[in-house]
Amino acid sequence: MSIKMKALLKSPWVFHLCSGSCNNCDIEILDCLTPRYDIERFGMLLVGSVRHADVLLCTGVVNKLGESRVKRVYQQAPKPCVVVAVGNCAASQHIYRGSYAVGKPLDEVIPVDVYIPGCPPKPEAIILGVVKLLEKLKKG
Amino acid sequence: MSHKVTIPIGPYHSLQEEPEFYQLTVDGETVTDIDVRIGYVHRGIEKVAESKSFDKIIFLVERICGICSTSHPMASVLAMEDVSGVEVPDRAQYIRTIVCELERIHSHLLWIGLAGHFLGYNTVWMWAWKYREIVCDIFEAITGNRQNYGMMKIGGVRRDIEDEYLPGIMKGMDDVLRALDMFKGAVLDDPVLAARLKGVGILSKADALSYSALGPTSRASGVDKDVRRDDPYAAYDRVKWNVITQKDGDVFAKAVVRILESYESVSIVKQCLQKMQKGPIDSDPKELPEGEGIGHAEAPRGEVFHYVKSDGTNSPERYKVRAPTFMNFPTFKATVIGETISDATIILAAIDPCYCCTERMTVVNRKDKKTILTGEDMIKMSQDKTRRMYKRMTGKELA
Repeated sequence: MSIKMKALLKSPWVFHLCSGSCNNCDIEILDCLTPRYDIERFGMLLVGSVRHADVLLCTGVVNKLGESRVKRVYQQAPKPCVVVAVGNCAASQHIYRGSYAVGKPLDEVIPVDVYIPGCPPKPEAIILGVVKLLEKLKKG
Repeated sequence: MSHKVTIPIGPYHSLQEEPEFYQLTVDGETVTDIDVRIGYVHRGIEKVAESKSFDKIIFLVERICGICSTSHPMASVLAMEDVSGVEVPDRAQYIRTIVCELERIHSHLLWIGLAGHFLGYNTVWMWAWKYREIVCDIFEAITGNRQNYGMMKIGGVRRDIEDEYLPGIMKGMDDVLRALDMFKGAVLDDPVLAARLKGVGILSKADALSYSALGPTSRASGVDKDVRRDDPYAAYDRVKWNVITQKDGDVFAKAVVRILESYESVSIVKQCLQKMQKGPIDSDPKELPEGEGIGHAEAPRGEVFHYVKSDGTNSPERYKVRAPTFMNFPTFKATVIGETISDATIILAAIDPCYCCTERMTVVNRKDKKTILTGEDMIKMSQDKTRRMYKRMTGKELA
């Protein structure tokens, strides 16, 4: 395991990217930080800039206006960077499939490592998803 | 010497969880102009609605906004009931009111938390969201989900509130009341907050009226309007409550309105739980006739308006949504200009903007005829132009 990956696993810093969601998943992500769930206990920290991030939490269906921006935000993230698709919209476009405003699904715009289904997924589900991701990365 | 600088904020930044783009023109520290560009969360919901059947539309409009996820379905079913003229049973009316008011409490607590975060009071954020969990737990018990409740249905509600949950909800409401007392004390008595928020971002009553501001934004400026009282839906005309207004119109007044409104919501929920009688929760209508219908409901941010045109088939001919933030956006012109950049943050947050609600249009028509184009659009336009010129000059199609 590279030293970069080891450092990432110890304390993954998370950037939250809302790429056209309805706010629900975003609120549940913020909820993970608040006293009941408090993921900062495990070293996870929500950061303000994508240039500090190890994990991108993407929510929402990517619309045509946001597509190039999402790609750019991903390019700005230092590698290795893992991407988590939170919610049904990010995973499968949900009920917006076929809408004129919606382009490619998220996993065709940027590479996605983990999908967390749910509309919205509960904070427990989001934490479980990130933990599973870290375990997967530990195994290599 | 004045030196004007344009500060871009967005579209993807840490200030707010949704993508939007503000352009602040500043002269030194003072904001002289503001421009807002949205469209990053436009999903074409109105057009998608035309391809869905009426019972699915309620689920679709629920996903317009995650925070107002009862107000949109509420307005939607009111519009569809306006078309069909179907009667809603009493118990369903009370359950609708309870869900709407619980949503208001959770939304206002959420705003108090975010406002605290923007001001640098992270403790307020953590505490507000801690007590918001009580409401989320009640939602999970009675609807099965923490957000996106799926309770509304044409002619009634989908799920009944079982009697065994009533003591739990009552206790939860008492807990919320204690938390509200704490926030009321913390916000109203804090000299720093008062100095920071009083007199900042004032929206005068005349401005609120001319911009047609809605909800707490207008009520904080002394405009006494509330759909729940002016055109009662659900069971709002059967319970006792007050419309909260403040005179000052500044950010502080908006915070006060939201905190005091939460008290009223707790009182409404309690009254509904006591007055609710056993009975059917659904009148089970079979079809929607041809016609037009409107429905409006008071969301935590203001009036939500839905219009539906049915042609007698299974899906609507036209569906139209107007969300409160659409009306509250332009008030930035009155409130932000003249303030400092450091205050702009909290003023922008004070209307509790919700971009995913607002984005029903994708093209922005401005005076200078600019529309927002993506890089791919521009390349495509350029290639199309070459193709046209090639055809005109050679008379052949470009391969």
